[in-house]
Amino acid sequence: MADTTEKTLVLVGHGMVGQRFLEALADRGVTARTRVVVLCEEPRPAYDRVHLTSYFSEGVSPRELSVVEDGFMARHGIELHVGDPAVRVDRDRRTVTARSGLTVGYDTLVLATGSYPFVPPVPGKDAAGCFVYRTIEDLLAIEAYAAGVGSGAVVGGGLLGLEAAGALKGLGLDTHVVEFAPRLMPVQVDTGGGDALRRRVEALGVRVHTGVGTQQITVDGGTGRVTGMALSDGSHLPVGMVVFSAGVRPRDELARGCGLLVGERGGIVVDEQCRTADPSVFAIGECALAADGRVYGLVAPGYEMAETAARTVAGEAGAFTGADLSTKLKLLGVDVASFGDAHGTAEGCLDVCYSDARSGIYRKLVVGADGTLLGGVLVGDVESYGLLRPLTGSVPPVAPEHLVLPAGAGAPVALGPSALPDEAVVCSCNNVTKGAIRAAVGGAGAGGAGGGAGEHSCTSVAEVKKCTKAGTSCGSCVKVLGQLVDAELEAAGVEVDKGLCPHFAQTRAELYEIVLALRIPSYRQLLDGHGREGARGGEGCEVCKPAVASILASLAPVVGASVHVLEGEQAALQDTNDHFLANMQKNGSYSVVPRIPGGEITPEKLIVIGEVARDFGLYTKITGGQRIDLFGARVEQLPLIWARLVDAGFESGHAYGKALRTVKSCVGQTWCRYGVQDSVRMAIDLELRYRGLRSPHKLKSAVSGCARECAEAQSKDFGVIATANGWNLYVGGNGGATPRHADLLAKDLSDAELVRLVDRFLMFYIRTADRLERTSVWLERIPGGLEHVRDVVVHDSLGICEELEALMAAHVAGYRDEWAGTLDDPERLSRFVSFVNAPGTPDPTVRFVPERGQIKPEPILLSLTERVTV
Amino acid sequence: MTTMTDLLSPAAAPSVPGTVELHVGGRWLAVCAAEALLPGRGVAALLPDGRQAALFRDRAGRTYAIGNVDPFTGAGVLSHGLVGAVGDRPYVASPLLKQRFDLVDGRCLDDEAVAVATYPVRVR
Ligand SMILES: Cc1cc2nc3c(=O)[nH]c(=O)nc-3n(C[C@H](O)[C@H](O)[C@H](O)COP(=O)(O)OP(=O)(O)OC[C@H]3O[C@@H](n4cnc5c(N)ncnc54)[C@H](O)[C@@H]3O)c2cc1C
Repeated sequence: MADTTEKTLVLVGHGMVGQRFLEALADRGVTARTRVVVLCEEPRPAYDRVHLTSYFSEGVSPRELSVVEDGFMARHGIELHVGDPAVRVDRDRRTVTARSGLTVGYDTLVLATGSYPFVPPVPGKDAAGCFVYRTIEDLLAIEAYAAGVGSGAVVGGGLLGLEAAGALKGLGLDTHVVEFAPRLMPVQVDTGGGDALRRRVEALGVRVHTGVGTQQITVDGGTGRVTGMALSDGSHLPVGMVVFSAGVRPRDELARGCGLLVGERGGIVVDEQCRTADPSVFAIGECALAADGRVYGLVAPGYEMAETAARTVAGEAGAFTGADLSTKLKLLGVDVASFGDAHGTAEGCLDVCYSDARSGIYRKLVVGADGTLLGGVLVGDVESYGLLRPLTGSVPPVAPEHLVLPAGAGAPVALGPSALPDEAVVCSCNNVTKGAIRAAVGGAGAGGAGGGAGEHSCTSVAEVKKCTKAGTSCGSCVKVLGQLVDAELEAAGVEVDKGLCPHFAQTRAELYEIVLALRIPSYRQLLDGHGREGARGGEGCEVCKPAVASILASLAPVVGASVHVLEGEQAALQDTNDHFLANMQKNGSYSVVPRIPGGEITPEKLIVIGEVARDFGLYTKITGGQRIDLFGARVEQLPLIWARLVDAGFESGHAYGKALRTVKSCVGQTWCRYGVQDSVRMAIDLELRYRGLRSPHKLKSAVSGCARECAEAQSKDFGVIATANGWNLYVGGNGGATPRHADLLAKDLSDAELVRLVDRFLMFYIRTADRLERTSVWLERIPGGLEHVRDVVVHDSLGICEELEALMAAHVAGYRDEWAGTLDDPERLSRFVSFVNAPGTPDPTVRFVPERGQIKPEPILLSLTERVTV
Repeated sequence: MTTMTDLLSPAAAPSVPGTVELHVGGRWLAVCAAEALLPGRGVAALLPDGRQAALFRDRAGRTYAIGNVDPFTGAGVLSHGLVGAVGDRPYVASPLLKQRFDLVDGRCLDDEAVAVATYPVRVR
């Protein structure tokens, strides 16, 4: 029998805020004692609307966008009705009725219905080819329609408009943005910021039209399809589709229908507890008009409202009194941040500006008459956002003009986080102050509320994150957090060791400089001369050996180290995979990947690979890098396999090395009707140029023959996309667990310019990166980021480009195929045996069983192996 | 098809005297020429009872022998790992999941409950 005392809570709207509310309820145990019913209008549970555009730009699937953990609803006994919106609320009877006819009685009703896109009432707005951009369904409809058109326009140049423009661009359309205001993102940035943003956005190939209105959508009389837009300046913009992104309006229709108070410009009126005038009804997120008289169109304030409402429902204290509108966004790959009083509305305030039109950087701070930092706008270079935002409301310790100058542009003092007062909020998502962070590290005299100094003694950023929650949401403060933790540890006398390992006190980049400057040709010489005190003359370790081996390999021709990685001392330094020039797999067998430059291969060579795989019984799989991986080779088979491959003209693919892997390509202009350049030839040229180049981590690349980007170049360490005028070079992209979109380094390059720039970029990366640091992480870490790298490799700001090019030239001239060089050398070959005392005997622990017509490693029963328990 | 013997020319034969021997089953077993042991790098030997040993030499010329099978994966791979040292205690790091094993007593430095066998070894 049902427990008649059980209360029912009904949530209307399952968006980002609604889901956060459910999580907050579950955290407080409310779901365990209350029946919770959710009415969800969309055909799928809550998903990450903020990252909608990643569907186009990064190929994230609708499923991956979900923000609901698997099994969440079942675990907490929540009844979720998907695709069944609420149509009526009866506050007298306390019931909600859904479109399906379902009627649920409630004790508490929470409205989290979000917003709808506003479509201005222009003629033609309902024609085929007109869209809005808010839901996954919108996105699928846009994608389907875009397949048949070549161009599109977005009405509205605000945050959402630029998101929509990113989507159209991601679909390969010629993209236009039409904004009525005189600049882009008029709400967040000022005129100067808008100009910088515009230049950046235009550099990406998006056409921007500001200060013009949309008067009419022109439509083909026959088909009813959009043909373009008539603009207020009398011009006609011919486009195949239009996306309206002219702002949003709160969805308050349910509230209006049941007599709840709504604001003049919409939004359900609530108090600081997010409660409406009816004590059993709450409203949260974008549909609410908060106690401070504002409707918030950002997700973070919505989350705060969700927490507040959940606390109130659970009987705890909580209030939402308004939120900081500070934002740091990446729109179309351009960084934009604004914080505090960005428009300088306070009485007597002054602007301090830095603007560099050439590189599209704009930084403005708003300072009060007494020197207090009030707010600011950053475009293009948002490095210092993490520091400036917490300083808001205080007088910065250095003059504001020094704060707007970008690093390396003559800023006399770099402002460190030590400048922040203890009460400065470093992590605004989780409201953690500098004082609380210092207390977590146990720093001197910083005992905040609830914990004296020394109670916690975190010694790393990871520990501080866990202890304070700082940096665990949006992550924009993590850099400052790291600096704070380092400074605190240093002040507490804990030495912060940045050394490579117990044997070297230097970083990898410092060792590189030492090897290069002093022309040190061997690991021993480096360890004995430059290792830590006690480490000299010793053994080293598995960390420093391969790291130094990689430096020696990159610089071999210059410092006089052996060019072959298995020559002399070098052989003993290599990671296992490099040592056997193959990739060790879980059962101790190896896999073999011959190089297939650009992914282009003749039928004859394909047949050779097939024959080798068949003759040696290898498992074959096509890799993501457009080549073929052959698995299951025993150590003693490797030279035999390679003898055949080398004979047929194959070379090592370096799949085993921290080195260039592949340069993928699409088929390009030669065959494809969209191609504008010969991407296959360029990919082959690049792959042959950089093959064998040892680097701090693996290097991946791709070349696309047109803006459709079929080769996925923007997810590579260096990626090249053809334009009508040449090549655009992107750097610092990554797939994998922490995907990063590559940044545009330079555009419309000739073949020679492209190669020269890649030469410099790679050599600069090899020189300055940490061990196992991919270009994506490196680019985020090095001071000045992309701008600095561009200054160095494009504008030669350090005057080292000639040297970088010479180093690459030496690499190219010194390249030899490692496998051919191994087959020629009996001494190197002699190591390819399973057992030194029984060269012909295969390792009996390497065993295979059949699966789907090929082999796979036989599962090993660990209890049967020689495991000695002590 | 090419065979291993075609590829191994006589030049590969050791030219420096000295043989590495392992004490196993109550007797010394000759395993390889001393020269085959590269400082900092191991080789594997198949023992008469079917077990496998991994042999190493450090920079100072001292030799070590431990079980070759990695207890965490069951694969005979420890001889393929890189040699390092904590202070002056040498160890090998498994190439698969990187656990380290002390070359003197076989203990795993990353999991107290695990160790591999050790064997007396000498060069004669
Ligand atoms: C492309 C894009 C990019 C964005 N980028 C950012 C960003 O970078 N940073 C940022 O802070 N914000 C961003 N936003 C805004 C952010 O997505 C919203 O602030 C957030 O989604 C608001 O959450 P919500 O739950 O209030 O509303 P929503 O997420 O809109 O959820 C409301 C849900 O309620 C449903 N609903 C409405 N009426 C009913 C009914 N009667 N019955 C049942 N269900 C109903 C709706 O269908 C919807 O699913 C972006 C938005 C878009 C579209």
